[in-house]
Amino acid sequence: MEHIRTTKVEHVKLLDRFSTSNKSLAGTLYLTATHLLFIDANQRETWILHHHIAAVEKLPLTTSGCPLVIQCKNFRIVHFVVPRERDCHDIYNSLLQLSKAAKYEDLYAFSYNPKQNESEQVKGWQLIDLAEEYKRMGVPNDYWQLSDANRDYKICETYPRELYVPRTASKPIIVGSSKFRSKGRFPVLSYYHKDKKAAICRCSQPLSGFSARCLEDEHMLQAISKANPSNRYMYVMDTRPKLNAMANRAAGKGYENEDNYSNIRFQFVGIENIHVMRSSLQKLLEVSGTKGLSVNDFLSGLENSGWLRHIKAVLDAAVFLVKAVAVESASVLVHCSDGWDRTSQVCSLGALLLDSYYRTIKGFMVLIEKDWISFGHKFSDRCCQLDGDPKEISPVFTQFLECVWNLTEQFPQAFEYNEAFLLQIHEHVHSCQFGNFLGNCQKEREELKLKEKTYSLWPFLLDEQKKYQNPLYKPSFSPNLTLLEPNTVSFNFKFWRNMYHQFDRSMHPRQSVYDLIMDMSEQNKQLEEDIKQLEAKIKQKRGRSDAVLVKEHQQSAHPAPVMLKTPPFFKKDQPLIPLNDAVLIFAFAQWCLTRLQREVSVPCQLLSALHLLYQLDSDFPLKNILYKLVLYHTSETNITDNIGKRYQFVIV
Amino acid sequence: MSCSRFLGSVGTIIIKCKDLRIIQLDIPGMEECLNIASSIEALSTLDSVTLMYPFFYRPMFEIVEDGWSAFLPEKEFEVLSSVTDEWRLSYINKDFSICPSYPPVVIVPRSIDDETLQKVAVYRHGGRFPVLSYYHKKNGMVMMRSSQPLTGTNGRRCKEDEKLVNATLRPGKRGYIIDTRSLNAAQQARAKGGGFEQEVYYPQWRRIHRCIERFNILQESLIKLVEACNDQSHNMDRWLSKLEASNWMTYIKEILTAACLAAQCIDREGASVLVHGTEGTDSTLQVTSLAQIILDPDCRTIQGFESLLVREWLQAGHPFQQRCAQSAYSNSKQKFEAPVFLLFLDCVWQILHQFPCSFEFNEHFLVTLFEHAYASQFGTFLGNNENERSKLKLQQKTMSLWSWVNQPEELKNFQNPLFEANSLVIWPSVAPQSLQLWEGFLSGC
Repeated sequence: MEHIRTTKVEHVKLLDRFSTSNKSLAGTLYLTATHLLFIDANQRETWILHHHIAAVEKLPLTTSGCPLVIQCKNFRIVHFVVPRERDCHDIYNSLLQLSKAAKYEDLYAFSYNPKQNESEQVKGWQLIDLAEEYKRMGVPNDYWQLSDANRDYKICETYPRELYVPRTASKPIIVGSSKFRSKGRFPVLSYYHKDKKAAICRCSQPLSGFSARCLEDEHMLQAISKANPSNRYMYVMDTRPKLNAMANRAAGKGYENEDNYSNIRFQFVGIENIHVMRSSLQKLLEVSGTKGLSVNDFLSGLENSGWLRHIKAVLDAAVFLVKAVAVESASVLVHCSDGWDRTSQVCSLGALLLDSYYRTIKGFMVLIEKDWISFGHKFSDRCCQLDGDPKEISPVFTQFLECVWNLTEQFPQAFEYNEAFLLQIHEHVHSCQFGNFLGNCQKEREELKLKEKTYSLWPFLLDEQKKYQNPLYKPSFSPNLTLLEPNTVSFNFKFWRNMYHQFDRSMHPRQSVYDLIMDMSEQNKQLEEDIKQLEAKIKQKRGRSDAVLVKEHQQSAHPAPVMLKTPPFFKKDQPLIPLNDAVLIFAFAQWCLTRLQREVSVPCQLLSALHLLYQLDSDFPLKNILYKLVLYHTSETNITDNIGKRYQFVIV
Repeated sequence: MSCSRFLGSVGTIIIKCKDLRIIQLDIPGMEECLNIASSIEALSTLDSVTLMYPFFYRPMFEIVEDGWSAFLPEKEFEVLSSVTDEWRLSYINKDFSICPSYPPVVIVPRSIDDETLQKVAVYRHGGRFPVLSYYHKKNGMVMMRSSQPLTGTNGRRCKEDEKLVNATLRPGKRGYIIDTRSLNAAQQARAKGGGFEQEVYYPQWRRIHRCIERFNILQESLIKLVEACNDQSHNMDRWLSKLEASNWMTYIKEILTAACLAAQCIDREGASVLVHGTEGTDSTLQVTSLAQIILDPDCRTIQGFESLLVREWLQAGHPFQQRCAQSAYSNSKQKFEAPVFLLFLDCVWQILHQFPCSFEFNEHFLVTLFEHAYASQFGTFLGNNENERSKLKLQQKTMSLWSWVNQPEELKNFQNPLFEANSLVIWPSVAPQSLQLWEGFLSGC
């Protein structure tokens, strides 16, 4: 709190970012310990987490006040005009301090309290169990085993403790290989394809320089290729552009020499480095943030930013990887420089294309937990969680999400989750509200005692998973073919408007098909439930009914014609037709079934039926059914009024 | 369009269709192949309209409702006259003598008699005097359309024209003239006898110029777009620069922006609007019809959209035959060819895409209309205006597209299952980030 001088400023204006006529909303700005809050005259609230703030800028004073522009990591940009310069200055200074934490303990996750008790907190962290995940893939097995070499982070600080390696890779080989790899990141298993017996492995670049070699490293690769009985050749994918890899040789690093390793096929795939990606995104945002943008400026800006080219390159690399595994049953070793950026992108996307499990909500969490969090993607540095080196910032994970989004667009039925899920994960990677993404590697996370002091994001997402479900998802989508083969012609890549303009509502489609389908399927579920209840009741009543009733019932095997003769119920003075209740319930159940086809107009007989039911059994869920009924029956918005009316009417 | 080549004794015919499909046929036997190729060539380049498929097509379905009489102007006028008596039907053009590209019946202000109309027609390009295009029930504002006034270099005026145009204004209210040309182009038109309404003579009107591209430039754009889509080997940069160079999306934005402007003047400003370009048969119709889709929920139903097409495109005299002659693969340059109607459909798709629950029809309906505008077994899109259609006796000799479309079992394919009538005005976003390439009509590529 010591950074906050002014907690409340009134008469602040929030400008519309894209309006050319300087449209604005007046309201009050509040500064809390964790958030910036703006409440406009319509009582609409805009919350901005301090950690989400990427940059604050004070523009030159104007006649209406002092403009303050805040850019967020989730691509929200807000433009305030504060009437008094003094207030503006205070807020500016406070935000500068609050948005940049000096140490992890200052991050929101350490103060965030979702009112969970300790056991819930522990359970939350246990939700994703990577040992379980490797078991699901089919390891350990005859070829692969769990290695304890890194149990104390002695061999590689940025790897997790549990690593899977070929059974034939002995400890000396592991140690030797790790010494020959940048940051000690030796080749380990990332994904195992049970059917093909092929593995996706990952590592960092070898310290080969111009001619150095390492027997243990060569043995390590040989062990990997031998662990695959289906194909003795293995691919080594260097995900960097060839020039970059060659330049690394001068620094004693580099890439594998095919002559020194037996049975490998070496391949560059040309994904650019973090610096190129950072400036590409910068250019993209500059273009998309332009006021009064023309189509051609947009397209040429999109082209010049190179952003979609990079997205395509990442996805192309994953497709290459998947082909090797799925078509040739070959194992693949993927690396870049340090093996935590491009390597994470390509390995995780490859697994996502190969294995439908990662296209489920839970599976996607596992995938991120495995290939990104546990293998040491430097979330803290890349997302600038602490005030650090700006050259370390890079949208590597954002690109991964964008690739996944592109896949969801191409395969709308293949994913259990929707775009909102991806956006929410992106939100929390930067929010520092949960412990999952804090720090750069597992060792660091353990030292921070995150599991005791913070909460895991995943159980919260699972709790609200309804929001993240894709209504079009079909688990049986290509049942015998879990493999996704995306078409990566340039044509298919689109600008991800909902990511980069998530908060610019005016740019979005005004109606959402997904929301509507979600609502409808929700209603259908409810109705099906009601039918079940009714059917149960029918059974019950049948049991009780006497022989006469049974006979009557059998005679009217087709109750519809009988029903049609029923006079309109809406005339109050007309008597109800005395029909036996079993028939009515039966008819109602049938009606419910037909109604699922979504038609309008309610048969008045139904209302008679309901009346009878109600008389027979006062705990009948009448109100509930009427609610549904009215919902289908009217397009009016004041449904509650209608319920009241009809309800009353029926029980008269 | 077809071309053939030979490899051994197998001949290959590549057929490039107007719906943008490309079909390759491998035919064994040189002679057969050549015969087929020349037949296709001959049959696809018939120059007489009466030799075209609609004149030979015999439907296999029963006609429930004749599409030719489904959207009569008299019927449409009945609806209008139930809300206002300020308008009347004029039969002044019943023999197409006043304006060859207008239908026999038009709607004009009640206070303007036929004699006045006759004088106005002389003052407007092609005789296209201002007529009612849309009446906004919500506030009684109207949208008129016409062609350019023939002011020429010496600034000729026509008091009858001023009277007609002013008759659409409420007392004390101003109106907007939306000229679909740039100010420059409008000024240049004066040298050729055309021009625009001058402030001095139309003091109650504010003129706004919104440049919408015309004819061959649009055709070039379509050709470039289709070329870009057909080459799958393009890398990202090349694809994006080709897409940009085609300018297709720019034109979409231009048209939508002008339509939004017209709709805004009517709904938000409460002002009447007159729309015209040069002839008033292309960009004018794009603007007036899209503005109606934005403003009028009826136009978003299947029947309503059909009615809109009949009123604002067919009867309004969009020269379909000239504009939709060859589509994107033509070798020969057709002077009047232009995807004006296709651009309109694309704009409708953009709005549909942004309001997916507000339209009774789906994307497939729009694609079908695109295909039938270029080649069809139905007579609906033949001819350039009602005059030509009546000379061709299309009503007697051919089938209407609507007779087929409006059969219940066919309609099913065009219905949007998510449709929930939305009585509101729907404002689309025209930001480049909100517009998308409509892949539906390009799926043949």
